[in-house]
Amino acid sequence: MEVIDIIKPENQVFNKTCLMTDTTLSYCPGCGHGVAHNLAMEVIDELGIVEDTIGVAPVGCSVLAYDFMNVDITQAAHGRAPALATAISRTWPDKYVFTYQGDGDLAAIGTAETIHACNRGENIVIIFVNNGIYGMTGGQMAPTTLPGMSTSTSPYGRDIETMGMPLKITELIANLPGTYYVTRQAVHTHKHVRKAKKAIKTAFENTRLKKGLSFIEIVSNCNSGWKMNPNDSNVWMEENMFPYFPLGDIKVKGKLKQ
Amino acid sequence: MTEEIIIAGFGGQGVLSMGKILAYSGMMQGEEVSWMPSYGPEMRGGTANVTVILSDDRISSPYLKVYDTAIILNQQSMDKFEHSVKPGGVLIYDPNGIIDHPTRTDIAIYQIEGNRLATEMGNKKVFNMIVLGGFLKVKPIVQLDNVIAGLKKSLPERYHHLIPLNKEAITKGMQHIISYKVESALIDH
Amino acid sequence: MSELRLMKGNEALAEAAIRAGADAYFGYPITPQSEVIEYLMTERPEERTGMVVLQAESEVAAINMVYGAASTGKRAMTSSSSPGVSLKLEGVSYLAGAELPAVIVNVMRGGPGLGTIQPSQADYFQAVKGGGHGDYKLYVLAPASVQEMSDFVSDAFDIAFKYRAPVLILSDGLIGQMMEKVVLKDQKDRMPDEEIIKRYGSWATTGKKGRERNIVTSLDLIPEKMEARVHRLMKKYEQMEREDLRYEMIQCEDAEYLFVAYGSSSRIAQKAVQLAREKGIKVGLLRPITLFPFPKQQLLVLAHQVKGILSVELSTGQMVEDVRLAVKGRVPVKHYGRTGGSIHTPEEVLEALEQKIISDGSN
Repeated sequence: MEVIDIIKPENQVFNKTCLMTDTTLSYCPGCGHGVAHNLAMEVIDELGIVEDTIGVAPVGCSVLAYDFMNVDITQAAHGRAPALATAISRTWPDKYVFTYQGDGDLAAIGTAETIHACNRGENIVIIFVNNGIYGMTGGQMAPTTLPGMSTSTSPYGRDIETMGMPLKITELIANLPGTYYVTRQAVHTHKHVRKAKKAIKTAFENTRLKKGLSFIEIVSNCNSGWKMNPNDSNVWMEENMFPYFPLGDIKVKGKLKQ
Repeated sequence: MTEEIIIAGFGGQGVLSMGKILAYSGMMQGEEVSWMPSYGPEMRGGTANVTVILSDDRISSPYLKVYDTAIILNQQSMDKFEHSVKPGGVLIYDPNGIIDHPTRTDIAIYQIEGNRLATEMGNKKVFNMIVLGGFLKVKPIVQLDNVIAGLKKSLPERYHHLIPLNKEAITKGMQHIISYKVESALIDH
Repeated sequence: MSELRLMKGNEALAEAAIRAGADAYFGYPITPQSEVIEYLMTERPEERTGMVVLQAESEVAAINMVYGAASTGKRAMTSSSSPGVSLKLEGVSYLAGAELPAVIVNVMRGGPGLGTIQPSQADYFQAVKGGGHGDYKLYVLAPASVQEMSDFVSDAFDIAFKYRAPVLILSDGLIGQMMEKVVLKDQKDRMPDEEIIKRYGSWATTGKKGRERNIVTSLDLIPEKMEARVHRLMKKYEQMEREDLRYEMIQCEDAEYLFVAYGSSSRIAQKAVQLAREKGIKVGLLRPITLFPFPKQQLLVLAHQVKGILSVELSTGQMVEDVRLAVKGRVPVKHYGRTGGSIHTPEEVLEALEQKIISDGSN
């Protein structure tokens, strides 16, 4: 096939959603955030709900999510995104409200806001990207950092005697009656991307049906923070993160999976 | 007219609600009113007091050092507020439970046996209305009609059937308040 | 129909929020202002006007809920008391930085720390000197009566939306807990969603419809842009000083001495004016109704007239610093105030005037 044929419209296999801006992503090459952003925007685009969608951006690597996501976004204080989303959803009950948060934001400083928004069953979508480290501030220990994993604030490895085990906040909130759909996904292979996108779509559809809170954890890599190349980081993630944070649905239609 | 009143006693005696009804009565009469409670974790049996001001003019300070009238319903409050009555002012108290009776001779002192009378009426809860009646006998600053109107305004509808009982208690208080002479008390000792 | 009622300051504020057409209240209980959320919960504002009332999991969550609703152009408010307000300050700073309209109420109690639940005015610095981090100010209204607790709610929303800035109502336990007569304003309709989208569509995140996306943030990583943002804020504050200063002068015409007091202390000082004048001492009272903007010019003019000024506050002396700055050393300025939950009496205030100002050799 000649180049001229390849770029013919009928041969096009992928089109960037107009809900991703042309701004160059600030994420490190190899990072999963870009894919996660793209999936969320594709779903909003495909569902045709952009005019009624309001996002809430966190503090952390994705603090600048609003530079890349071409939807209305309010950027929250560290950890408070679920509080903002609660208020937006309560005062605009017919809107699609989502938060996009990392592990430090959602599972450390914002634990209270996360748990209570989940417990109240707010009609929102929470997208939680868990890469086991604080990326933006330079690779410090997160609540989800694995035992023995070294970071700049656990240079000899996470000591579970003093720091406890990594927090499985997703399992924790799944046990609250307020959550409707809780799932854990990944975005490092095309197979995982397809599943994750389906999960995100289900979540926004739940909002439309006023089913309550949908929570999607995306276990992702941080090749910079983990000090690996992208490929190695994905392998390391599969070998180390997935056993502790197993992928799959945890709660569907308000019922815990066995 | 400006009347500055402190009502002080135990929590649960109806101190705050007596002040509230007085304030409502003043409002029904077109007066300016303020009601400033002591607040906090005061439980039944703890002390409670409220400053009530009724005036023809805009009220300045809702918090005062001295009062035209002190209505005193327990010993702690007597210790605290006897000397807060302005010279020439009025002190009204229920002698029930009072060991150290007032000793000032530059004020007018009255006794109202609210506890005893309430027991006689078979309803301890009207105690504060009996005392209020006594006060209104000494200081008729609001008309009885306006007190009843104030009661109607302050009580939820479901308690309106109790208004006649409260009116009876106020009348009883008006009939039974008596002047108390410090000299005679000292001789009794 | 406007309506006459006998209410606590806290209740009047809550009722006024419903009547002002507020869209949402988010709060967390703390003495001495819990009546605000209790009253709102009892009144079922969702049924009366569609107003959302939610008890948040913390003061931090409550202010961030306000931030969320405000970012979509809704009229949102929260209230708390001193320790709770300290917790809210992160959110207040974000509101100021993101240029969002919101109303915050502080019914002050004594501090520092858990302090006391009794009235105090020791959060003046926190209210007018920033409190939270960064270069910002709050427009601060100081009610001195139950009537003003009611009136200032809609005033606060008006100012908040005029400037797209957070407004603080700085009250205290005395004004919050006392009952007085209050004439309630008529019910204002809440703004319909379509009207919000039309009116605030240039900035509010209501959903990208027929326009480019809106972003609400307080973050600007490019120093030039951040500096421009800060200067834009400062311009608003200058405009507030020009257009929205509020104060009250009581018996200042012939005054030889002056009390400066706000909120509950102004009520006590007003009685002290009366007691002083009964003794033949000509005292006046300047009551700042807004603490920022502060009546600097008015004080400077009075400084040429009076022999001395006593700043009266329920604190160890905070506003007194602004009074001193305003009079530029032209006249002695002293502070008097009880603190830690004790309340000064009118007699104590007068005595302080006599001792610290009138009989003081320095004037």
